[in-house]
Amino acid sequence: MDRFVFLTLDGLSRGSVYAASALALVLIWRAARIVNFAQGAMAVAAAYVAHSVTSATGSYWLGFLAAVVAGLLLGALVDVAVMRLVDHRSPLNPVIVALGLVLLIQAVLGMVYGNEYRPAETPFRRTALSVGGVAVLSPFDLFVFATIAVVVVGLAWIFTRTAVGLRMRAAAFAPEVSRLLGVNVGGMLTLGWALASGVGALAAMLVVPTELGLHPHAMDLVFVSAFTAAVVGGLDSPPGAVVGGLLVGLLLSYVSGYVGSDLTPLAVLALLLAVLLVRPAGLFAPVAARQV
Amino acid sequence: MEQGLALHHVGVSFGGLTALDDVSLRAPAGRVVGVIGPNGAGKTTLFNVICGFVTPQSGSLTLDDRALRPRPHQLARLGIARTLQGTGLFAGLTVLENVMTGASHTARAGFLPALLGLPRSDRDERRLRRHALDTLDGLGIAGHAGALPGTLPFAVRQRVALARALAARPRLLLLDEPAGGLGADDIAELATLIRDLPRRDTDPCAVLLVEHHMDLVMSVCDEIVVLDFGRVIAAGTPDEIRAAPAVTDAYLGVAAGEAAQ
Repeated sequence: MDRFVFLTLDGLSRGSVYAASALALVLIWRAARIVNFAQGAMAVAAAYVAHSVTSATGSYWLGFLAAVVAGLLLGALVDVAVMRLVDHRSPLNPVIVALGLVLLIQAVLGMVYGNEYRPAETPFRRTALSVGGVAVLSPFDLFVFATIAVVVVGLAWIFTRTAVGLRMRAAAFAPEVSRLLGVNVGGMLTLGWALASGVGALAAMLVVPTELGLHPHAMDLVFVSAFTAAVVGGLDSPPGAVVGGLLVGLLLSYVSGYVGSDLTPLAVLALLLAVLLVRPAGLFAPVAARQV
Repeated sequence: MEQGLALHHVGVSFGGLTALDDVSLRAPAGRVVGVIGPNGAGKTTLFNVICGFVTPQSGSLTLDDRALRPRPHQLARLGIARTLQGTGLFAGLTVLENVMTGASHTARAGFLPALLGLPRSDRDERRLRRHALDTLDGLGIAGHAGALPGTLPFAVRQRVALARALAARPRLLLLDEPAGGLGADDIAELATLIRDLPRRDTDPCAVLLVEHHMDLVMSVCDEIVVLDFGRVIAAGTPDEIRAAPAVTDAYLGVAAGEAAQ
């Protein structure tokens, strides 16, 4: 029973990070109809910026801030300098370009920082606190929960309660009509990329210390989990992404705790395959009549 | 000095095909001007010129006596609002949000204040919300503010589209076939609404209406311009248009012929 409680809480903690990464994917999918396969690599790049800033200043929090800012800027840059120039008529084009970006970013990071694992700093201890003899959450886990909660609530607030958020949603739903209403559709798209990439960077800052450490490929497996979470949630639904993230986190935690941690990558892919086969529109999509 | 929209000798051709030929017309502030004509007469091209989708090869446009070189994304700032055929509402936004989007170009606070939760973006949002609600109220559909457009009857959706255009407080309002898909009762209500449109705000706006439904055009317009093969073949009050032989031949004659079949 103790073990189950621990695995559940640990799964939710990891799941909240997947939820944030999935949310970032959903943001771009809704705005631009692109699955940003480069998100993991972009987030690692931001985490390396944090690493450099923290090494130079000795302050974790300055590094944390730098990662988020770098994420926002990198997202805007990728939209303006890369994705805007890609012919979107075939959905495959942006995907291939995103995969190319992954290779490029990982190669550059390897050249600058080297292809070895570097220990990632944490602002709080990662040893779990015990409640009545049961190991539950570490202070760092609580920090992860709190940060993701702030991000999710903040994004919901921006999109539903601000004029900018309204314009972003309008631009995503019907770009041509929005343009006629005076919405700067291109600007909203860039904003969407920046926001998503900032959230992705934040997720990297929260997950990298719990893995082997900082490495150009540090987010590869996390990205697969995040993508699975987004697909479970339906790719079009922000609440779905959050729920999907938590579900994937729980699944991986139980698999690694009860079966063996070697099997977790397989479990993610099995889940992804199952969802795509059985409910390709996600678990939360209304059941559509079969098209004949 | 004439306020409102004016086209001066506008000419448009696509390849060898003449879509508009030396078209001059005025839509003064405070008036409803109707554009009618058989299919292919150039009504759509006329709207596209005013919205900046088509650049005329000759002639010029003015709005409130200032030269007008419209670009689609600048329409709202130029004071031009339009409704679209089939409403063009955002399916995923509520009625209120749809209307707010129509006026959102007036929101000053940008992304950063919103991200940091500064009071300015909050005030902006509340002002937009109130203005949108007032506009819906003025059209008698404030009760639907929280609904998604897809759940509403077509006549209500049509009104929401109108509210979205009005929320921008336009100097020129373009109505693209607003009666399309409406029943007789709804059209009668729409007619009352359109007649009042130019004088809704303290500052009168010009209304340009493209419409197939002849009764509606005749009952709401102060002036009517008849297009045929891209040329203005008649212009005047509804009574003058009814009496003009060129119109009967080109337009009403066709309609009468169709009705006889």
